Amino acid sequence: MQTVKMVVTGPFNSGKTAFIQSVSEIDVVSTERKISSEEERIKETTTVAMDFGRITVDDDLVLYLFGTPGQKRFDFMWEILSEGMLGFVVMVDSARPETFREARGILQTFRAYAPTPYVVAANKQDMDDAWEVDDLRIALKLDPKVKMLPCVAMDKETVKSVLLELLYSILEEMKEE
Amino acid sequence: MALKGNLRDFSVTQLLNLINLARKTGTLTLEGPDAIAWVSFREGKLIYAQIGNEDGSLTGILTKAGKISPKQAKVIRTHATEKSDKELGLLLINAGYLSQQDILASLREYILNIVYQLFTWVEGLFRFDADVLPPDESITIRLDLENIIMEGTRHLQEYEMLKEEIPNLEMGLTFVERPGANIRDVQLTVEEWKVVSYINPKNTIRQIAKANKMNELDIRRVVYGLLQAGLVEIIRPEGMPLPPQAQKLPPVDTKQQTSLVNKLIDRIRSL
Ligand SMILES: Nc1nc2c(ncn2[C@@H]2O[C@H](COP(=O)(O)OP(=O)(O)O)[C@@H](O)[C@H]2O)c(=O)[nH]1
Ligand SMILES: [Mg+2]
Repeated sequence: MQTVKMVVTGPFNSGKTAFIQSVSEIDVVSTERKISSEEERIKETTTVAMDFGRITVDDDLVLYLFGTPGQKRFDFMWEILSEGMLGFVVMVDSARPETFREARGILQTFRAYAPTPYVVAANKQDMDDAWEVDDLRIALKLDPKVKMLPCVAMDKETVKSVLLELLYSILEEMKEE
Repeated sequence: MALKGNLRDFSVTQLLNLINLARKTGTLTLEGPDAIAWVSFREGKLIYAQIGNEDGSLTGILTKAGKISPKQAKVIRTHATEKSDKELGLLLINAGYLSQQDILASLREYILNIVYQLFTWVEGLFRFDADVLPPDESITIRLDLENIIMEGTRHLQEYEMLKEEIPNLEMGLTFVERPGANIRDVQLTVEEWKVVSYINPKNTIRQIAKANKMNELDIRRVVYGLLQAGLVEIIRPEGMPLPPQAQKLPPVDTKQQTSLVNKLIDRIRSL
């Protein structure tokens, strides 16, 4: 049996767990607690948790979705998570501009680090103060070529379209080679 | 008795606050992950600071401030080795090279630069030794801590913001290749030029900082500006190994890969 994986990354609270939960056939295994900033200082002692979802394709093929832990020191986890991944999704909370900077940092670093295709999900588009996709693209300094998709993590259809766009990008890249 | 502890439990901001309020006299030693720093106080005022990896002699400080040329510094170092900072300062003033003002301003800038850096140290050990002061021959200043704490906190906020933007200094930089983004048409500061001159797919941001003797805050500040202006991009440096197998799919034939991805597409469509 073959397993393949995709990674869902983004700042804390951007909707990674909800995103994975929407399409996973198992309950997302996540022990991540909402850590207050006071607690964050002692995070060495807290276990690093990650989201983990599964989609069975057929008897021979399973897709795993991994969410990166919502911690600033993600670097070492990233290396483990990115091992063998097909591509990744960067989740952004469109309604919280104060997180764009971190999202930009994650995106720029990850993109440089792993040469796999990725898409950006402009999440929480259902919220009143969500930024529009085009504005968000500028705020995140995204290249026009990068796919950016509106998303509501609890809405399965939008999650599906994000994953599909990522898969289309992966296909396109294969054709180029 | 020495006041000792871990910066995680008692931050630099809190330490300076304590020293200020208790009007302490002595030297605070901070042992960070990469360097050791010494900061001295007299009755709660900042008077002196040194950091392990920098040339903190008066000659070094004046060179860094651009008050004397590296050539002059060399002459001083060979001919006035025995001179203390105080003696050297007097010599320079009497010879009409520099004013007392010049010397104190350079020293002040140097010391503040060290202290502002310390605000970003969140890991490490500290120790305060009461009544231990720099040698008499050193030139000291006298600065109120309140303003420094305010300004230092601002630096810290800036540092945290920059750390979010540029979380990893092990990455490399490359020039953006797009029409209109020509580095030659942009007016850069000396610091920015220094960084730009080291941009090369082989150099990490940390190496560029090291080559230019810049601290983490300074390098992040410059890189951030260049990123914002759309002049450079972060890349994985040439020498950095890829995480195992991160090189996309296992190198099987494209047909097989395409079929796998198509299966995934069909499955997700059907969800
Ligand atoms: N309105 C709205 N809320 C969302 C959306 N996605 C996630 N949330 C909520 O945002 C919070 C954080 O989501 P979570 O998935 O735990 O974020 P994570 O930290 O990235 O895993 C939760 O309360 C979610 O219910 C969305 O698209 N719209
Ligand atoms: Mg989560």
